[in-house]
Amino acid sequence: METTLVETLPHVTWVGVLIKAILILAIISAIAGFGTFIERKVLAWMQRRQGPLHVGPYGLLQLAADGIKLFTKEDIVPQNANKFIFMVAPIITAATAFIALAAVPVFPDFTIPSWIPLLGDTFVPAIAADLNIGILFVLGMMAAGLYGPLLAGMSQANKWGIIGSARTAVQFLSYEVVTGLSILAPIMLVGSLSFVDFNSYQAGGITSWLIWQQPVAFVLFLIAGFAETNRTPFDLLEHEAEVVSGYATEYSGMRWGMFFIGEYANMITVSIIAAVVFLGGYSEGTLGLAILLKVAFFFFLMLWVRAAWPHVRPDQLMWLCWKVLMPIAVINVVITGIVMMV
Amino acid sequence: MYEVVAFYLFSGLTIGLFLVTVMSKNILYAMTSLAAGMVLISGFFFILGADFLGVVQLIAYVGAVMALYSFAMMFFDATRDIKEKNTNSALVFLLGGLSALVLVLMFAAPIHSDAITALYPMHEGVGNAQDVGIVLFTKYLIPFEVAALMLLVAMIAGIILAGKKMDQSLTEDMSADEILIQKDEK
Repeated sequence: METTLVETLPHVTWVGVLIKAILILAIISAIAGFGTFIERKVLAWMQRRQGPLHVGPYGLLQLAADGIKLFTKEDIVPQNANKFIFMVAPIITAATAFIALAAVPVFPDFTIPSWIPLLGDTFVPAIAADLNIGILFVLGMMAAGLYGPLLAGMSQANKWGIIGSARTAVQFLSYEVVTGLSILAPIMLVGSLSFVDFNSYQAGGITSWLIWQQPVAFVLFLIAGFAETNRTPFDLLEHEAEVVSGYATEYSGMRWGMFFIGEYANMITVSIIAAVVFLGGYSEGTLGLAILLKVAFFFFLMLWVRAAWPHVRPDQLMWLCWKVLMPIAVINVVITGIVMMV
Repeated sequence: MYEVVAFYLFSGLTIGLFLVTVMSKNILYAMTSLAAGMVLISGFFFILGADFLGVVQLIAYVGAVMALYSFAMMFFDATRDIKEKNTNSALVFLLGGLSALVLVLMFAAPIHSDAITALYPMHEGVGNAQDVGIVLFTKYLIPFEVAALMLLVAMIAGIILAGKKMDQSLTEDMSADEILIQKDEK
């Protein structure tokens, strides 16, 4: 794969990329697990409850308990299901979510100290695969992620599953349009599809953040991001009250857990895109603390919205996408173009 | 070295997956292998350094076209096998023969590989997206605009075909269908 590298950085070797990939897999999976704990705690506090309390200090070991439960649960495959596709579908969700993370800046870059044997002096880059079309790649990979829920629903010989996968196709296809169009306006301003270029465009402090120039695109991207990650106002794919559990109805154990990890990894991806594209990105000086705070804020925002808003109906979801968000996004792109030309 | 390994890996997998698409009698297998093959085809673009086209392949074919196919497949029972009806064996013979001919020509094409040159080679330091954009808006401007116009026509036609019940809400007003039936009767 062709890579564009910032010239001041040391040479990126395949060992560095491999270490980065392993780091992303390990840390994001752990964060996804921890995210479930944070989600329950935040939701509990917003609803004047305590959340998990009894297992360990502040209920922290609830994570381990849930993990043990997921790993030891029986892996049920329904009798009439298409067994191969049924077993592959959760892997598609998790894999596409992690592949998308390969092209975004996840942690700051660092060099392994030279006293460590074998791996000493290896430079680990901030972005595992620094494509010069990074944004498109991430959007494309998240688009490919729709096959997880889709195939899961279709293969399980369950009507709730079919409805869930129909909703997957409709919702993801529709909101991809809004995501693409809303992020097109900032791309026009920066003139590049690379996350590195977005970062350097906004290097001049808070006043140069793209959110001040593109507030409409920011709001549209957030709304569409909620829909693409299947978060609460738009979590129609597995809406308990309507379709039992949608595409995940027949899943149990770790296969169900993989859908969950994929969803949380996608939440992190969307948070990172929002932070890099609209909120100034990652700065070199603060050990990457700034980007962590921004990503954490977006993650919290998703939980906050879940506590504050009810689900929408499917027809309201489509109405919002095609009659409200998409026209606004197109008008935003046109206005941005006119302002840039004049 | 990496390119060669990746090329043969992608080729083998793509051909295998598309074979499954053609041979399988199960909708779900055919659909999944077609989508997976589309993903692997984008791998060829990445090997050639055409990152932009690779991602466009991902977004357009995997994200949109195949997703629409699979949406249509919702109307079938995806867990059963399909019994294919073969009504016209002369047509099958003709199409099979043509496919074989095309295959022979494709395999024979590398004989003249020295005559093939890249019309629009990549420029150093210029991104894929810029290169594609420049060619699209200079040499291929008219086909591009015609394609845009055709898409617009298709979109309007789609809205007209689907828009018969658009003034009635299907969920709020449960009798929307009944009203339509009454209108037809009058």
